[in-house]
Amino acid sequence: MQTSTQTIEQLARQDYKFGFVTDVEQESLPPGLDEQVVRAISQKKEEPEWMLEWRLRAYRHWLTMTEPTWANIHYPPIDYQSIVYYAAPRSNANPKSLDEVDPEILKTYEKLGIPLRERELLAGVAVDAVFDSVSVGTTFKEKLAELGIIFCSFSEAVKNHPDLVQEYLGSVVPYSDNFFATLNSAVFSDGSFVYVPKGVRCPMELSTYFRINARKSGQFERTLIIADEGAYVSYLEGCTAPMRDENQLHAAVVELIARAGATIKYSTVQNWYPGDENGKGGIYNFVTKRGKCDGAGAKISWTQVETGSAITWKYPSVILKGDNSVGEFYSVALTKGYQQADTGTKMIHIGKNTRSTIVSKGISAGHGQNTYRGAVRILKGADNARNFSQCDSMLIGDQCGAHTFPYIDVQNPLAQMEHEASTSKIGEDQIFYCNQRGISTEDAVSMIVNGFCKEVFRELPMEFAVEAQKLLAINLEGSVG
Amino acid sequence: MTMLEIKNLHAAVEGKEILRGIDLEIARGETHAIMGPNGSGKSTLARVLAGQEAYEVTAGEVLYEGKDLLAMDPEERAREGVFMAFQYPVEIPGVSNTYFLKAALNAVRKHRGLPELSALDFLKLVREKMKLVQMEETLLNRPVNEGFSGGEKKRNEIFHMAVLEPRLAILDETDSGLDIDALRIVADGVNVLRQGERAFLVITHYQRLLNYIIPDRVHVLVDGRIVRSGGKELALELESRGYSWLEAAAAAQPVGA
Repeated sequence: MQTSTQTIEQLARQDYKFGFVTDVEQESLPPGLDEQVVRAISQKKEEPEWMLEWRLRAYRHWLTMTEPTWANIHYPPIDYQSIVYYAAPRSNANPKSLDEVDPEILKTYEKLGIPLRERELLAGVAVDAVFDSVSVGTTFKEKLAELGIIFCSFSEAVKNHPDLVQEYLGSVVPYSDNFFATLNSAVFSDGSFVYVPKGVRCPMELSTYFRINARKSGQFERTLIIADEGAYVSYLEGCTAPMRDENQLHAAVVELIARAGATIKYSTVQNWYPGDENGKGGIYNFVTKRGKCDGAGAKISWTQVETGSAITWKYPSVILKGDNSVGEFYSVALTKGYQQADTGTKMIHIGKNTRSTIVSKGISAGHGQNTYRGAVRILKGADNARNFSQCDSMLIGDQCGAHTFPYIDVQNPLAQMEHEASTSKIGEDQIFYCNQRGISTEDAVSMIVNGFCKEVFRELPMEFAVEAQKLLAINLEGSVG
Repeated sequence: MTMLEIKNLHAAVEGKEILRGIDLEIARGETHAIMGPNGSGKSTLARVLAGQEAYEVTAGEVLYEGKDLLAMDPEERAREGVFMAFQYPVEIPGVSNTYFLKAALNAVRKHRGLPELSALDFLKLVREKMKLVQMEETLLNRPVNEGFSGGEKKRNEIFHMAVLEPRLAILDETDSGLDIDALRIVADGVNVLRQGERAFLVITHYQRLLNYIIPDRVHVLVDGRIVRSGGKELALELESRGYSWLEAAAAAQPVGA
């Protein structure tokens, strides 16, 4: 028994394939945070006064806040004065076209499998690439513009679409929302902006690829997606970072607004550097993601595959305000080595006949600790609201842990709630069964885990689903990579 | 021509010796039955041959087609043509039976230097084998063994066997928990697969399975040793006399004899 447990544990170890550093000349602010830094960021980005004011309000509010401690994660205190809040490649911080982008950076994205040259791209995906604090390129902009779709970096949106940004920024995640979101509001550097006009179905997947490169820098990006009445958009997000011994902070905010009859599908494959096998280094991932179904029949669907980061603190949520609106959360979170994940969702039912579905799959291997934390609130006016939650945990080896904290608050007697939970262990008997049919242990683990995650993977867009399966396989197999 | 040669095999689980010197030879194309009371080591023998890690071989050797079977990993044994139908087939949620079998068959084919089967060819093969062992098509797309009835699970094992076409098939109490109709279907499946050089080792507690799968040889395992071997009539004798007379004989036999 002993030996076979060890084999499984070995399989849970991995090589991080994305840990290289790109050698580009950086322009960055000195470490530390004060009002001057906030002003400097705003100035570098040539922002209008209203944007700076918003940042300063956030910063001043942040000073009154303390870091939350309720999550089931443990880490040494973060020194916010040692973090670099702005880092950008020196050459052409605002490239007009990809020809102006540093070839080293283009190479980086190619190495990551994300070519930015449109002719090399899959026709179905438009990409915004964010390198440290700035967006280095957005593809297929013109083609999308023909349909009235705006897809650009956040900085550009502030300049070119100030009315939209002012109307929606902070409308779902206010600057005072929580410690990390407030910090982000003060210092966010870039991110993606999407607006899909009334009745338009976005013809391709939109995607942002985030890359942290600079040492000691934090990444604070902000994404704002608005689907106007009856619009449809599917958005993908991917992320990686170099392997470094020190921890790096990533505190992002994502706001989604779906108006009546609109659908936003938001998929994430998160593969930040998780730290080494002894738990040294890795990204601290403190992210606030929230969507608002702001109109009848709106739908927001979050799908996430979380395999990286030393710490993940993330609860993509949906406010179901419009009647008949729908919220979904599909999640796979893998923790191995010394990774810790405290992740889940909040579904807040306000409108009548609102529906939400939560499917969470947690996989723990090595010394990983995996926590599902979810809240379902059904408010007084939410007649006939329905929720279905399913939280499954899988343990690989005997050093890891799985925890589940579902919070349920139902204030309407007509509501319907279902909650299912299970915990299983990849059994040696399952592996042996596969072996006896000729399937290697590595393939068996990957097959069993993928089977476990199936309900989530089938929610991902095709290319992404394949990516996600491969990623899990790489993360779980000793010999690959 | 000998396919399987077991010599003085000893094996233990968690330090407790279960097999205490097994000698057995199976020739190509033969079907042997192993019978014995509960706890005699029948299933241990099957699992040791299949390579389950919890079972530690403490002495002896096993030659399979002249090769050292015990030196091979379980998956290598499978790819070399050793198949075990499990007494308790394991459920693998979310993995469809077809997907699983395709992975298995292609692993086996790769080992034998054959190209992977295309999805179309695989489906054709599966349909053919399905008919052979009377499987319902609905079981194909369901997750491996999940929610299968006892009979469906056993039939699924025989179906796997039909697809993977092993040289040596070990049936570990395949009859346990089956009613007479299910038993007959499973036995029919096995009988159509009894062809050419394929050898079978049928492990069972009850004689009734051997009414349908007629063995060439019957061995009685008591207390980790084969205490009697004979033709198919030995099974009938056990049916009428039980195991106690052989158990008494085994007890009288000194250890190591």
